[in-house]
This record gives sequence, C-alpha cells and structure tokens, in this order.
Amino acid sequence: MSVNKALAHESATGHVSGTARYVDDIPAREQQLYVAIGYSSIAHGKVTQLNLDAVRAAPGVVDVLREEDLPFARDIGPAFPGDPLLSNTVSFMGQALFAVAAKSHKLAQQAVSLAIVKYDEQAAVLKLDDAIQQQHYVRPPHRMQRGDADAALNKAPHRLQGSVRTGGQEHFYLEGQVALAIPGEEGSVTVHSSNQNPTEAQHLVAAVLGVPMHKVTIETRRMGGGFGGKETQATTCCALAALFCARQAVAVSCRLPRRDDMITTGKRHGFRCDYDVGFDDEGIIVGIQYCLAGQCGHSADLSDAIVDRAMFHCDNAYYLPDVMIEGLRCKTNTVSNTAFRGFGGPQGMVAMENVIDEIAFKLKLDPLTVRKRNFYNTIDRNITPYHQTIEHFNIPKLVAQLEKQADYLGRRKAISEFNAGSAILKRGIALTPVKFGISFTVKYLNQGGALLHLYSDGSLQVNHGGTEMGQGLMTKIRQIVCTELAMNTDSVIVSATRTDKVPNTSATAASSGTDINGMAVRAAARKIKDRLRAFLCDTHEVTNDAISFADGVISLKADVPISYTWPELARTAYLARIPLSATGFYKTPDIHYDRESAQGQPFYYYANGAAVTEVLIDTLTGETRILRADILHDVGNSINPAIDIGQIEGGYVQGVGWLTHEELKWDDKGRLLTDGPATYKIPAISDMPDVFNVELFQHAPNEVETIFNSKAVGEPPLMLAISAFAAIRDAIASICNYRVFPKLNAPATPEEVLRVCTNLKSGDGAG
Amino acid sequence: MIQFLYGEQTISLSDAAADTTVLEWLRLHARQTGTKEGCASGDCGACTVVVVSLNARRPVLEYNAVNSCIAFVGSLHGKQLISVEQLADGESLHPVQQAMVDQHGSQCGFCTPGFVMSMFAHYHAEENKRSDPQQIEHALAGNLCRCTGYKPIKQAMRAALKSETDQYNKANDVTVAKLKALQLNDANDRFYLIPKSLSDLFAMQVKHPEARLVAGATDLALEVTQQLKSIEKLIHLKSIPKLAEIKQDDDTIAIGAAVSVEECLSLMAPIVPGAEQMLLRFGSSQVRNQATIGGNIGNASPIGDLPPLLLALDATLELQGPAGMRSMPINEFYIDYKQTALQAHEIITAVKFFEPPADNHFAVYKISKRMDDDISAVCMAISMQITAGKVANIRLALGGMAAIPKRAAKAEQAAIGKPWNEQTVSDIQAALSEEFSPLNDARASAEYRATVTKNLIMRFFIEGSTPIEQTQVALHVSE
Repeated sequence: MSVNKALAHESATGHVSGTARYVDDIPAREQQLYVAIGYSSIAHGKVTQLNLDAVRAAPGVVDVLREEDLPFARDIGPAFPGDPLLSNTVSFMGQALFAVAAKSHKLAQQAVSLAIVKYDEQAAVLKLDDAIQQQHYVRPPHRMQRGDADAALNKAPHRLQGSVRTGGQEHFYLEGQVALAIPGEEGSVTVHSSNQNPTEAQHLVAAVLGVPMHKVTIETRRMGGGFGGKETQATTCCALAALFCARQAVAVSCRLPRRDDMITTGKRHGFRCDYDVGFDDEGIIVGIQYCLAGQCGHSADLSDAIVDRAMFHCDNAYYLPDVMIEGLRCKTNTVSNTAFRGFGGPQGMVAMENVIDEIAFKLKLDPLTVRKRNFYNTIDRNITPYHQTIEHFNIPKLVAQLEKQADYLGRRKAISEFNAGSAILKRGIALTPVKFGISFTVKYLNQGGALLHLYSDGSLQVNHGGTEMGQGLMTKIRQIVCTELAMNTDSVIVSATRTDKVPNTSATAASSGTDINGMAVRAAARKIKDRLRAFLCDTHEVTNDAISFADGVISLKADVPISYTWPELARTAYLARIPLSATGFYKTPDIHYDRESAQGQPFYYYANGAAVTEVLIDTLTGETRILRADILHDVGNSINPAIDIGQIEGGYVQGVGWLTHEELKWDDKGRLLTDGPATYKIPAISDMPDVFNVELFQHAPNEVETIFNSKAVGEPPLMLAISAFAAIRDAIASICNYRVFPKLNAPATPEEVLRVCTNLKSGDGAG
Repeated sequence: MIQFLYGEQTISLSDAAADTTVLEWLRLHARQTGTKEGCASGDCGACTVVVVSLNARRPVLEYNAVNSCIAFVGSLHGKQLISVEQLADGESLHPVQQAMVDQHGSQCGFCTPGFVMSMFAHYHAEENKRSDPQQIEHALAGNLCRCTGYKPIKQAMRAALKSETDQYNKANDVTVAKLKALQLNDANDRFYLIPKSLSDLFAMQVKHPEARLVAGATDLALEVTQQLKSIEKLIHLKSIPKLAEIKQDDDTIAIGAAVSVEECLSLMAPIVPGAEQMLLRFGSSQVRNQATIGGNIGNASPIGDLPPLLLALDATLELQGPAGMRSMPINEFYIDYKQTALQAHEIITAVKFFEPPADNHFAVYKISKRMDDDISAVCMAISMQITAGKVANIRLALGGMAAIPKRAAKAEQAAIGKPWNEQTVSDIQAALSEEFSPLNDARASAEYRATVTKNLIMRFFIEGSTPIEQTQVALHVSE
C-alpha cells in the first residue's frame, strides 16, 4: 500500500537541486519575445490620448498592442464580463492599457515607461464603506435565511450589535504570474502557464485568438505557489503571450515583475461584517442577522461565489436558530479581488468567532464555554442557514481532545497570573474550531477527469485535470494509482497537466484537487486493471479471484502458480492487443443547491479542525508574538500524512499572516502603497509559533465515500489561524481585566493592536 | 576583465554590462535556472546564492549567502560563486538538500533553491554560530516561504548540521589558491573599475566622471531592477584595503566604510548594549553580508538602522576626497532628505566611536511590522549618563521620524539636569511631540510613529528602573 505513507513530494529532489522546471526556466527559443504591460496611473476615467510613438521606437521593441488591435474577444472575465484584456476605459489604477513585445524582458519593461497617456479622470469609489453606502455593487445582494431572525432578536434576553473588519491579502506566490506561448501549425498554440485553471485559460485564449478550443493547448507542470491567485488571474499572461505569438509567429513569454503582479492582480476580499445577535443567559444564540460586505474591486470575477462562501461559513461550527444573512458584493475602483485559499469562508468565520467572543465577554463566560454551548449537534440543532443537515459532526469530540491535550484551562489560569504581574507584556489564549464545506458551490464544477497510459515496458503515465501548486496533488495521485494497481512508485509518473490530455477540467480549487481527480484516476486505473484481469482469466483459464496484485507483482493461483512483473504483463497484454490506455471520470454525488431560495446541500461533507493559540503582546508598541499553537485537524484517512501536516502548518501560518501583519494600503488616489515585499510583509521564519504542535485527528475516516476516505485539506487549515487573532484580542482584553470587549480589526498589525490597547487604557471603551 | 570561480570553473567576463546582476548572469547568460527570481529587490531570498571569499583578516574561506538579484557581477571578482546546481556531490545530494527532502521542507519548490543556499552558507558557518537555535533562525530569516510555515525547513537545517564536512571543505586549499591567483589579476576594463587604493579611486573618478560608486549594491541595484535604469560603469569599492580596516583599542573602535553590516554586528555586539538584537533584524543575513556600514550611512535614508545607533554613540565619520581628509561628527552629517555634508568626490572612509562606558544607560529599539527582515517604522537609540541622580548627558536618536536620521535635541534638552523619573520621561515625551511630525506611509501612520516613540522612552525608563523579567516580545527563545 502506498497510501497512508509519508512519502516525499514527487518533485522534492528536483526542488532542492534546482532542476524542477518552472515556466520561466524553459530554455528560450530563437527570436523569443518578451511582453511588458503598460498600466493606468489613475483609478477611474477614460484614456483620451495614448501616444506610443516612443514605445514603438524604443530599443528592442517588435510589436505593440492596444485595445483596438484586439481582433476577437476583448474581455477575459471568467464568470461575468468586466475584465478587459486591454482597455481605454480605466476602472482601477493598474488597468492594462497596452502591451509591448520586445527582445528581452528588460527592454520590454523599459519601453513601457515611455508611453504618453492622457486621461479624462472621473471620481473614484475607493473605500468599502463608501461602496456600501452608495450601494455600489458588482453583483446584486443575496440573502440566506431560516426562521424569523427579527422576531427572535426582539424577544432575545440579551442582544448586541457589532462589526468586524478583515483586510485583504496578497497571494504572494513566490513565482509570479507567467506564461510562455509557442506557435504551432495552422494557427494552433501551446501555452505553458503557471495556472490553476488550464481549461479556463484555454477557453479564453481561444476566444481572444478567435480560434476553436482545439487549437489551444495549455500546459501546467507546476506552479511556484497558487493559493487561488492563479485560478482566474493567470489568464492575462496567457492571452497576451498567445496574441503576440499569433502575430509574430515566434515564442513569446509574458512574466509579470513582482510589483506589476501585486498592483494588477486580484487579492483576497476585504470584508466588513456587521451583526446583530440575540442570546440567552447561557450564551446560546437565539437569533442573528448578518450583513457581510465584501470589497470586490472593479469587476465581478468570482466575487458572487466568494461572498456566497462567506455567507455559507458565518455559522462556522455553531447552530443559528433564526438567522438572516445578507451578502453584499461591493464595487470599488480598485483591483478586482479573486479567489484566495478559503474563498470568502475565512472572512465569514472571523465574523462568527467575533460574535462568540463578544457574547462571552458580555456574560463573563470563558469564550470556549460559549463555543461549546453553541456547537451544532447531529440530533436536533443540526440545520445550517442554507438548510443542509449536519451529519458526522466530529467537532465536539475533536475540541474536547484538543482542549485536554493543549491544557487550555491550565494555561488560561497561568496566563491570568502572568498578566496580573506584568504591566507591559500581556498574554492571551483562544481555542477556535473550523468547519469548512467541501465542494464547489457551483455544482457543475464538481467533476474530474483522468487519462492513464500503461506503456508496453510496464511504466505508467498518469494525467488528470488537477494542477500542482505545491500542495502535493501529484504525489497523492501517484500514491492512489500505485495503491490501486499495486505498482512501485518509481514505475509511475504523474505528468504535466495538459488540456489536450484531459479536457473540460475544473480549476484546482475549493480544496477539491485530490477528491475529484483522485477518484477519476482511480476509475481509470480500475478500467485498466479490469481489462488485464479479463485478459489473464482468458489466457490462463483462471477465475478473477485467483488473480492478485501486490507489491509490483501480479500473481495467479493455479496448479502451477504464475506471476508477472508489470513489464512482463504490460508487454504480454500489448502483444495480445489489449488496450492499455483508459480514461476515468468522477462527479461528486449527492449535492444540490438552489441559489434562488438559498436552500439545499451544497457540500458533500465538511472538513474539521481546531487550534489553540497563545500569544504575547506588547502594550507599549503593539508588537505580538505567537508563543504556542496546538492544532488538531481532521483529514479523514490521510493519503499522505506528511503532505497533510505540511498543508496544515502552512495554512495556519498563512492565515496568521492574513490576520496579523499582512496589510494592504492604498493612498487616496487608489494607488497601492504596499506593492512589494519591502512593504507587504508575509510571515517569515520567526513568525512561526515558538512551540508548534500539529496532529491529525486519528481514527476518523471520512464517513462519505471519498478517495480512500480521506478529506480535503487545502483550504480549511488557514482558518485555524483565527485562534491567533482571538488570542490577541484576549491578551488586549486583559488590560481592562476582561471587562471591555476590544474591537480589534484584522490585520492585527502592531499599529492596530496599539490603537486598541491605547483606547482601552484611556477608558475609551471598546476601541 | 572580471574573473571568478563558478563552482570549480573559472569564468572570465569582459563583455557583460556593469549593471548585470548575478541572477541575470546565472539565468540568462550561464543558463543555470535553478536560482529563481522572486522579487528582484532583495526581499524574498529566492535568488540566494553563496559567495565564497578569502577573509581579509584570517586565513579562512567565508561562505556568505547573498541575494543574487541585487548583486552585480563585478562584485564576484576574485571570489567563488556557488549556486544550487553545484551542491550535490555527483549523485549524492548535499546534506542540506537531503535534509530538506527528508523533512518535507519543500512544497511548491520555488523558494527552495534559495533556502537550500542559505542553509548551505549556515552549514559552513563558524562552529559557535552553527548550532545555536537563534542563529539558525537568523540564517534563514531572509528567505520567504509561502507554503510550509517554516517548521520543516527549520527541522531540516538542524538535521543537516549533523553532517560536518562536504566536498567544499575538502577542496578548501585548492579553492584558496585559486582565489588568491584570481585576485592578482587586474579587473579593470570598460565596464568595471576596481581600484586597489584611495588614490586609484580618486584618479578613476576624474577619468570616468559617469561612473557610479558601489560597495554592497543593496540599494543601488534597486535603481536597475526596480526603476529599470541602466548604469554603464561602476567603481567597486570593496577592494580598497583602507576601507576594510578595523582598528580597535581599549575604548574606541574605527570601522572601515566597506566593512559589511554582518561584520559590524559581530564587532558591536559585545560592546554596544542592544546592538546585537537590533542588527540581527537589520535586513536579512543576505543583505547584511552584502551591505556596508558606509553605505548605510552615506545612503542617508531616514529609515536606515545604523544611523540612529551611531548618532546615539556620537560617532565620528572620517571623510576623504581628492582634497584630503577630514572628520565630522555624524550629528552634522545629515542635512536634509537624502542630502549629506559629503562634497563632490568625497567618500566616507571610516566610522569611529567610543565604547559606551559601563555606567552608561544605552538602548536601541527597532519597531517594524514584522520581526524579520523589515524596515523600521521607528528606530530609537538612547545613550544616557546619570550623575548624582540626575541626567548628566543624553543622546536620543530617531530613525523613521523625520526626513533624516535625527537627534531629538529638544527632548534631550528637556532631560538634562533633571532627575531620571516619570516626570522627566513625560517632559521628554512632550518635547518629542513638539519636535517631530513623522510621516504617514505604507509602514505606519504618523500617529503610530509618534505614540510608539513616546512609549519607547517609557520602555527605556521601565527597563532601567524596575527589575521585571521581560519587556520586549522580540526577545524570545524558540523551540
């Protein structure tokens, strides 16, 4: 068995040796051209003059493209139009106006700066609050409700209103956006792209070139990080490279310099979540109303589904009896925000945990007590705001185990003692759970395909629709195939994702990569295996149950036992004209959702986890440090425990970055100020918790049928970091002896923490 | 002609433009694409390579991690460049590579070559640094990973240190001999000028007025990689022996302007309280290895971290130009934003200061959004002498609070002659508010800077007056 083993990442040796190849590492072809993009320097308006004479005359420039030069489709919006490839209409600062192809990356970049652009500037809406107030939306508001929240609130014994903000987040994949287009014959093109969604890129490149999809092949071997940022945002580079490639009939590379990448590609949505909650003396919620407003930027992109997912997760693990949730998709003249690990879920969850903490403060209860009292159960309090029935709910058990092994109560006591004796530094602790719905909420995306080739030497090549961005998908797929066929791992390669191998794929997103592609691959492997079994039965006149596959050997029980190695069997079957290639397909069963009524079962199952984080804060400077984090996370039966733990640790730290020091700042003209790693600070090594205990929840196979009863792990762990944010809030609260609820917004930068501390100290109440 | 070793191979370059970065040379000229570009600004470490050089003072080879995206090829003259492609010994991975595989230290893999090179440099660090957990963290603080959360990388570093020697240790003597031979060659050509003395330098400046001076390049290279400028000719300062001198006697120290910040760190750590903790957060080890003390002073950035420290130490700058030498207190050096008292063709040659006496109260604080590799929102350094219960002398210097690194003259005045108590602290705070109107930028708001500055004076007071265990979250011991 290859599954359940902590095998190294399939490219680990390539990674550490520098031989794992990324798009920009592909050797340049003769006469290759390099693209640079010219961007708008205002946030809203029209281009009245675009003088590119100096650009054309610049050294090395071969070709220039403007909006009017685009012969076919001009919009590359993925779900809704609104994302022009090049445009004279400016809707944010960083709008692509024109593109240049030159003989080197540097020459192209230098040429772009020579453009003379004049604008007719219009007033811009830059702030989320302004968009909310002006009802400025990219898509209509949407509601979800169950029961009568208004009535419940009116008769609730206690009631409070509040609001919490979460900032956006730059993906900061270490490898920026990049594509390389290589011309083929008769107008075809192959684009190597760092891309989570090759099929979408294929579709849009074909539209931009005015050719059928069969003339466009997208290949993605691996990405240097994706995190959602290459689900729709990779298309610009693909389309521009392909257009210049078609015009010039040479290979064309389009790679965004880091600053361009940060200014012009979408990020995580910032949110403002307002709530009005009613609860009883025990802290049990009796009714709640939410308004979740996401800052979408200038276009819709995936924002409809992202705000929906925030709405789907503002219950987190808690039963909300009478509930009304409104989701707003706010339009601002800023970059169009997009998918980012969690896809709105984290923002909704932060709001819920904020509500729980505030209730606990009001009633002077430990927040964990209030959490437990509000958990779903599987008997009666088990219907979500979107009317899905909660089953297999293992959070209470998981939280109990974590509470005990992390000594939550003992440490809370120790923290109180520490805080009583420490004037400047304060500690805080919090335990928060995560319940995250698995499945694309757009039903048709829940499908996967695979193509397996067994060659006559016994080696196997696996293709499927998922892409590798570091999450270890290819490694897990290889383990799945090896287990299914009892092959040795070195006989199997999982090759680059290509749209000409497996068509009509879904993005590798929604944590679904292994779930859907693993099942498709297994289906294909079973087809081949069945054919080989039939062949062996025929040839050796044995029954199916006489054949066994184990440890790279196929054995037949017979009077004279027979065994084959894979090379022997493949060769023999090939000579007997047995087809050794098969496709596989999978669609997630049992899911349905009617968005109109906001009812149904959008999720096949939930992934669960919980974390306890302890922090130390400096009340003079607002600096914070994570002293310890204990995580218990449910991945069902782990296909690869090392990879799963890697996803959990990495997700937690990435979430901590989002909620603490990753801060996006714009000036009052809409210019992004934090446009590089010098000003935008993702976690570095000392941001890792000093003590970091991560465990998988044991003996809990997924109770619905998934690949080896595993659970998706890509996104859920990011939300474990909410415990760090809540712990910072807890530490701040100690200043006023936990009498006042600190209204802390994310990110809890030193500045934000100091602001709230200072307000509390000055008796300015809530902050 | 620039000559250096790339692995074992001798490379001679006479046609690469002066502003070619080491990363460009590797990826575009040598077609070695293992080294990655993550940011082209020295902030992410994906492009980390190791530069091996002969130590100017001791007969050993130094293995320094460097950001190849902001190092110019000219800086490689007489040195050995090692990139990720050269770590494996034949078929066997290097211990740092093997440990990364074993500990699951790579996910997307894009940052991995850079990490591996920082680990390789640390593998070759001096014994006392090698296994110190804090030093391991600092050695890796200049490499960003967006996938792993760092735990397996840290574990890999520890595991790799169980191995003691690699093929580079074994080749040590051969490498030393090769580098000595290379250094004898004259590197000057139409792109690169590498003076061997100050008089050489002054002559070159006259002859090549268009040439720019470069030492560490960590700032100058950004003009090339971020502002897309071209620099035709560079004069490299690091080979001038006088600029590399360190003179230390009983209570003074003079540090040559081209001494690296990393070396300054080891010089200052034992004698200037708080300097070690602060300087370990100066850039990253890659940046500290490249950057020089003279560059950090002469650059005149309002947010440099050495100037406040040196202002509090009341350091003296030694300046030299074609017309001769002069000395100047650093307090008179900064005139206005990015303007200094340096005259045309004049350079900083050394920085001199007295070791703070034992009864001096000295502290330096750095406040930034992130602990590792971040530019200060505020940097404060204070030197205070208390005689007979009263403040006899105080120097309070601030970075990030004005257009230049600056002493807080009014705050100092408010303290002189006063007893060191809360009232005086409050007077200093009031004077600071009056004297400084800091800026709003991506790193912090003006309000935050102003509040934190005042609070840091309080921290200084508390640290000096109450024996509490810990006052800073930055001081920690990790698992």
